[in-house]
Amino acid sequence: MRDKPPETFGDRLGRVCLVAFCVAVVVFLILPMLVVVPLSFNAAPHFTFTEGMLRLDPDAYSLRWYRAVLEDDSWLQAVRNSLTIGLAATAIATVLGTLAALGLASPHMPGRGVVTSLLISPLITPIIISAVGMSFFFGDIGLAQTHAGLIFAHAALCTPFVIITVTATLSNYNHNLNRAAASLGAHPVTAFFHVQLPLIAPGVISGALFAFVISLDEVIVVTFLGGLDQRTIPRQMWSGVQEHLNPEILAVATLLALFAALVLTTVEWLRRRGTD
Amino acid sequence: MLSSPRARAGALTLPLIAFLGVTFVAPLGTMLWRSVHEPVVADALPQTLALLEAWDGQAALPEALYQTAAGEFRQLQASRALGGVATRVNRVQGGSRSIIMRTARELHGAAPASWREAMIAAHPAWGEAAIWGAIRQAGQRYTIRHYLNALDLEQDIQGRIVAQPQDQRIYLKLLGNTLAASAAITLICLALGYPLAYLIANTKPRWSNLLLLAVLLPFWSSLLVRSMSWIIMLQKKGVVNDLLVALGLVTEDGRLIMVYNMIGTMVTMTQLLLPFLILPLYAVMRGIPPLHLRAAASLGANPRQAFLHVYWPQTLPGVAAGSLLVFILAIGYYIAPALVGGRTGQFISNLIAYHMQYSLNWGLAAALNFVLLVCVTVILVAYNRLIGIERLRFG
Amino acid sequence: MFPRTDSQHHWLRRTTKALTAATLLAAVTTQFCAETGELQGPAPLTGESLTVVSWGGPYAKAQEKAFFKAFTAETGIRVRMDDFFGGLAQVRAQVETGSVHWDLIDLEFADVAQGCEEGLLELVDIDELPPAPDGTPARDDYFEGSFSDCGGAGIFFSTIYAYNRESFPAAAPSKIEDFFDLKRFPGRRGLRRSPLVNLEFALLADGVPAAEVYAVLDTPAGKARAFRKLDSIKDQVLWWDTGAQPVQMLADHEVVMATSFNGRIFHETVVEQQPFVIVWDGQVLDTGQFAIVAGTPKLAAARKLLLFLSRIENMAAFARYFPYSPTRHSAAKLISTHLETGVDMWPHMPTNPANMGRVLMNDWHWWRDHHDEMTERFSAWLLR
Repeated sequence: MRDKPPETFGDRLGRVCLVAFCVAVVVFLILPMLVVVPLSFNAAPHFTFTEGMLRLDPDAYSLRWYRAVLEDDSWLQAVRNSLTIGLAATAIATVLGTLAALGLASPHMPGRGVVTSLLISPLITPIIISAVGMSFFFGDIGLAQTHAGLIFAHAALCTPFVIITVTATLSNYNHNLNRAAASLGAHPVTAFFHVQLPLIAPGVISGALFAFVISLDEVIVVTFLGGLDQRTIPRQMWSGVQEHLNPEILAVATLLALFAALVLTTVEWLRRRGTD
Repeated sequence: MLSSPRARAGALTLPLIAFLGVTFVAPLGTMLWRSVHEPVVADALPQTLALLEAWDGQAALPEALYQTAAGEFRQLQASRALGGVATRVNRVQGGSRSIIMRTARELHGAAPASWREAMIAAHPAWGEAAIWGAIRQAGQRYTIRHYLNALDLEQDIQGRIVAQPQDQRIYLKLLGNTLAASAAITLICLALGYPLAYLIANTKPRWSNLLLLAVLLPFWSSLLVRSMSWIIMLQKKGVVNDLLVALGLVTEDGRLIMVYNMIGTMVTMTQLLLPFLILPLYAVMRGIPPLHLRAAASLGANPRQAFLHVYWPQTLPGVAAGSLLVFILAIGYYIAPALVGGRTGQFISNLIAYHMQYSLNWGLAAALNFVLLVCVTVILVAYNRLIGIERLRFG
Repeated sequence: MFPRTDSQHHWLRRTTKALTAATLLAAVTTQFCAETGELQGPAPLTGESLTVVSWGGPYAKAQEKAFFKAFTAETGIRVRMDDFFGGLAQVRAQVETGSVHWDLIDLEFADVAQGCEEGLLELVDIDELPPAPDGTPARDDYFEGSFSDCGGAGIFFSTIYAYNRESFPAAAPSKIEDFFDLKRFPGRRGLRRSPLVNLEFALLADGVPAAEVYAVLDTPAGKARAFRKLDSIKDQVLWWDTGAQPVQMLADHEVVMATSFNGRIFHETVVEQQPFVIVWDGQVLDTGQFAIVAGTPKLAAARKLLLFLSRIENMAAFARYFPYSPTRHSAAKLISTHLETGVDMWPHMPTNPANMGRVLMNDWHWWRDHHDEMTERFSAWLLR
């Protein structure tokens, strides 16, 4: 094979254009978040940059919305609900999803196509359809307006993400390892915990993270299925958007983004440490 | 026991199949059932409906029918159950609610000489066929009415299926708008996301990590807040307009209207859904060895040819997976259009939510839902034929 | 690619540790939230709580201050508030599916009447409501036509339109006709996404005298006329669903004028110092009442609260927080000043004769019969 050909002017121009375009797309992705942060310190009760803010007048900025959030019981309850529902749904989705992915990845899986389509159907069904169906059915069986109902609903919506990520990791997995373990006398369960699980852990964890994020940001099913006691953070925001339009929700958003950045960095850091 | 590997593999998927059976498939089944099963009127007016059964929709109605109907109305009124019945008849024919309720209020007291005349005195509509036809239709226990309605059709008084009057046809148009807007959003996402995914997959790890973080961060921030922030950006006195005015590109009076309409919906949803396109695409691109492009170049292909004939075909599974996800998520969206869509930027989901939460026409909501589900299924079957559903990948 | 060595085990162990830590943290946080949540309740709680559903925003805050704190202090029953945006839909859904989780609801009068007729609300005997301080029974103390078979307490409120003073430095709108006059007052308008009041405003602005509005609206030609009038500004309308939106649109200059409730605009101008001005001409005056959702498992407590809300001193207390006048004569006499700013409340009341030059009393009989039909027609009209 030849060495890489020397970069021509055209190549470089193309590359500069590509980078510029991508920077623009990233700005498009991030900018709305960037706008939210300063406005959450707005002293006025509205969503516009006041003249004082543009002059960087310190009086135009305030922590009043952060104070309002931290002093408000309903936000604390929303945090509690979001964490409970999110963690429980993630646990169910991760366990069931990982098991199913193991089955699907097995070369002996019967009816793989049909089963796969069934298992990832919650992902590829528009959310409004699932929400409406669940509100009918869960209402009939007495699970509407309960934490359990929301946990099950979110778990159902989240499993496809676990299946997809775990299957992706498993496609790199060498099934001979299982056979090797078996030939050394290991029980299949032992083999799973000692050989297979460590290898697919990254997929399981990123699937769990996906599931948690989806549950944490889900508002439509919560609106249809939850009551006053099941208010999650996004549901509380939704009522904020509708009835108390003030920068309180921007303060919450900023805190959430901070939390997200923290989690993502931690995970990334763990991953680096892990692969060193 | 589970000795065969086939059985063991199958058994691993069973818990999830059972779980989804209860939490997902059964709800869809209930929805289907609701869309064809409408028992309230049938249960409330059994005798009236039995008498209407034989009626051809044209002949004059007998006194016995008036007497029976008046009796059942009065009984329901007394138990405060007539309102629910009238509301359902009203869905077949607008205006029926007030006719029935007003009549029931005026029919109290002793039995008149002629029920027919008493009812017509209470409201002249009882002398005409339309209201009786509406009651008969609303009384069908099993009905395709909601599906007809969802497709802008209706049954006339003789039971023929005809198009609804022009000014009541809304659903097909809205469904078309939704599909078209979702397709447009998918294409825009593809145009924006493909180069970015390419760059992430083909740059130094430090940069690619940073870019990935930039893609993931909005994923972690609330969908609602991102929608709100687009209002802040795009409104008349918003950030974008302020910038354009400051740069002298538009005048103070010529500020652009970019939100509370379809533009607002499209911009917002593109930003909301872009990560769903980038991640699967990136997952595929990461697996394409750069060697291939270099090999093409070494064989004399110019960059465009190398891209078109070597790189692009290999990314197709990712393109398809990402586009599919974006498209399907888009047609189900309802929060973003509700917030930024104004009057013209609404999706069919907004109407489904409206019927679920405000008009309480759950049968119609379920039928609209099912129509949407059919659209999605058609797309999925096509996808499965072309690409294979089990090749859906994520980052 | 993931290296397949024992570093995998490290990675797994670390991740497990991290996840365990995160779970613990979450558990601790939840516990903490649970505790602080409990600590903040008032002391002599009975453990019982009622869910009261109202319209959110400063109005609900005012109700909380004027009514519910005092009720909890008196009875030990906690009140939790939820928001809705009017209408009977959610109540109907709860009653029909048999899962009632709202106890008391704050409704527009047409909805109280309709809900009562449909069995969605509990019956309330007017003679049970507390009498006026001078002994006048509640029946004679209420303004004519402002009580129903299912309601308690009661306010007069008004739908008006307001404009942003900054948008009209020269001539400002002063009549309902001006709202529909795009030539003299260009710019977008905010209207509620509902046929309620909009049809009335349209006919008033089209020259129909207030006394004839509902007679005209009762004919097919009249309905068509109202929609035609709305057609003339349709392109320039932003539709709002909740009370917070029109004031936000006015503040952001998204619209130059918007319909709203007089109390919400009062809050924005008097408390938040926004440059909004109410146009009282053509105001549509309505009553609202609290009602009990039929089949609530907490009927006794809900009745207790409804009777509490119907007391003269409490109805008058609310008028010191929000400019909605009580629907009982003896309470209306007690209107004084705004508790937080000291502003005299009477000039801001919709029932002040100075604000009643041209006023339309909402005809709940008409809306009870036509609400569903008009909503349907309105939705279809919007989408065209």
